[in-house]
Amino acid sequence: MSAPTLDRPTDEAALQQQFDATIAADRRIEPRDWMPEGYRKTLVRQIAQHAHSEIIGMQPEGDWLLAAPSLRRKAILLAKVQDEAGHGMYLYSAAETLGADRADLTDKLIESKQKYSSIFNYPTLTYADVGVIGWLVDGAAICNQVPLCRSSYGPYARAMIRICKEESFHQRQGYELLMTMMSGTPAQRAMVQDAVDRWWWPSLMMFGPPDDDSPNSAQSMAWGIKRHSNDELRQRYVDMSVPQAQFLGVTLPDPDLHFDEETGHWRFGAIDWDEFKRVVSGNGPANAERIRRRRAARDDNAWVTEAATAYAAKHAGAAVGSAA
Amino acid sequence: MPHEETVYDALDHAHGGEGHWAFGTGFDEPLAGVDTTVPDGVDPADLGAYCLMLGDDALVLAQRLTQWITAAPELEEEVAIGNTALDLLGQARLLLARAGSVGVLGRSRERATDSIPDEDALAYFRDADEFCNTGLVEAENGDFGQTVVRLLVASTVRLAVFARLRESRDPVLAAIAAKGVNELAYHRDHAARWVLRLGDGTAESHRRAQDGVDAVWPLLADVLTATDVERRLVAAGVAVDPADVREEVRDVLTTVLERATLRVPGWPADTPPRGRAGKHGPELTALLETLQGLARQHPAATW
Amino acid sequence: MSTDVTAEGGHGAIPTGPEVPTTTSPSVARRDWPLYEVFVRGKRGLNHVHVGSLHAPDDEMAVHAARDVYTRRNEGVSIWVVRAADITASSPDEKDPMFAPSGDKVYRHPTFYEIPEDVPHM
Repeated sequence: MSAPTLDRPTDEAALQQQFDATIAADRRIEPRDWMPEGYRKTLVRQIAQHAHSEIIGMQPEGDWLLAAPSLRRKAILLAKVQDEAGHGMYLYSAAETLGADRADLTDKLIESKQKYSSIFNYPTLTYADVGVIGWLVDGAAICNQVPLCRSSYGPYARAMIRICKEESFHQRQGYELLMTMMSGTPAQRAMVQDAVDRWWWPSLMMFGPPDDDSPNSAQSMAWGIKRHSNDELRQRYVDMSVPQAQFLGVTLPDPDLHFDEETGHWRFGAIDWDEFKRVVSGNGPANAERIRRRRAARDDNAWVTEAATAYAAKHAGAAVGSAA
Repeated sequence: MPHEETVYDALDHAHGGEGHWAFGTGFDEPLAGVDTTVPDGVDPADLGAYCLMLGDDALVLAQRLTQWITAAPELEEEVAIGNTALDLLGQARLLLARAGSVGVLGRSRERATDSIPDEDALAYFRDADEFCNTGLVEAENGDFGQTVVRLLVASTVRLAVFARLRESRDPVLAAIAAKGVNELAYHRDHAARWVLRLGDGTAESHRRAQDGVDAVWPLLADVLTATDVERRLVAAGVAVDPADVREEVRDVLTTVLERATLRVPGWPADTPPRGRAGKHGPELTALLETLQGLARQHPAATW
Repeated sequence: MSTDVTAEGGHGAIPTGPEVPTTTSPSVARRDWPLYEVFVRGKRGLNHVHVGSLHAPDDEMAVHAARDVYTRRNEGVSIWVVRAADITASSPDEKDPMFAPSGDKVYRHPTFYEIPEDVPHM
């Protein structure tokens, strides 16, 4: 599709140099630019995993859609879960600018060739989990995602700008639900504390392994795909969340949590990664169920997709309207 | 990169910051400034009962559509179904709140504490025999074909009713109808687009769409027969006589089905009102168990 | 200490361990819907701006899906959808001939023309 050119260097070294210069100048790489294969592959994997996480992430909260305890909460939760479908779409869009195909990425998710965030394999046991997911899980996601608005890859950065705007509302609705429950009945308050106990440590683990144990991070930082280290973001998240917990009146389940006057940071206890792995692997059924539902949505409705394609072929050429 | 945000900023500003949210969740007051006095010569008990009929239809259909979330064909349809369910949920909330405000709360207040708003007392603390939705909306979804056929039929009927209800002597019902008409026109068009594509798509989709039509059609019998409440309110200029919309509904449905190459079943014979009279199948009981379970475990809680 | 998650993507904690075994069903024969690019005019006075893409079976479904997804059905905005395959774009390899000319064709720039200082209003 590209015409040969006479006066432009096409050897890889020169292209690499141009790419490096763009990254160094903190400018954006756009879809039709030359890029190293490793950069493209890393981005496709990361954006696809992010998209899968949004789509799978609809399920833990979606489990409460039919049972939300007030009509107002039902509407809020439905809008939120719907937003997540939208986020998944924006992200698959960004991945498609890199030559990936959404149906193919979905197949890879269903065949477990690509992963999604483990956080969504935790079950949502009570309605307080809906609030805590908004406050802590979406809060951690925001910490991870705000820097991605400056990702070196233009379409990803642009998708993230819109997603971050919507996520901040998600976090606020979660926190507002928790505030309402904390001023409610003793049973409601107990539900909130129980949910915080279960979700606090997993939310810290969302930031990934410590920096000295994170081999992929360096290259991603150099490429401008990642902007801050795992530990940096985790600390920022803890510093934000502790005062919010105090305001809410819940206890974070960490006896070692204390304020360090010298640095101005909240210091937290050691993360028990074995516990995380145990819970995640112990939740094999959750993983299988999450994937089963994606597979069912694809396979049970394949006839719908085919029908629309067939109809379009029969009625091709019927114009809808011209641009104005 | 401010230029990259321009288009979204414009969307946000145009809607007071609510552009972040899916349509239908901006909790502004759609009835702000509307006179809430019950019109002269109208029995508040009748008015409330009528609001429950229309409100329960919306609530139950919203719940049915919500069952598709995480199970819909393609993500685009997931979002579209979510929008439709949100619109119907919004209509249900306004109508149930209106019923409560004129004192029609059934037995719900025997179970719900005062801190629970009327709309939730009515949605969560009435039993199935107090619900007055029609059988059309409470039937199981079936496959996607049956779901869109049911949505086509339900939104065609409701749009025809709401279009006339804009002239209601009750200013609240008139305002709810005026808001709802745009939403329902969109639901009907969306459903019709799908019925066309399934009916005139593949052999399998044609068969499934026809099965959906055949399953949904008999449910029309329960929809177009007036109850005594409706008759009295029609005389008072408040309600719409379901018989008045029959022709329009039949025309629209026939047109869509014929274009979709589907067979139009015979119009079902009228039956005495069932759903409107609180007579329901086990499907509604099961639906309400899921909908109400948590709220009923905590009758003193606010959320 | 060894961990088996990465922090990639917005929600982090992506497992890096072996694939979870699942039974692979025979691939369902499926023809994917084409990709459409979506352009939205946010309000009067602004240009249509590219906001993303979606999949739809045909133009009519595409414009409605765009309304649902990218404007959440706000009224009063204008939407364009176009099949991605129908967009003709300049190739990066053509970048020089397409975009460089303004750099070397200095006659397009006003400073190319020497004008005596005393000509008024130039």
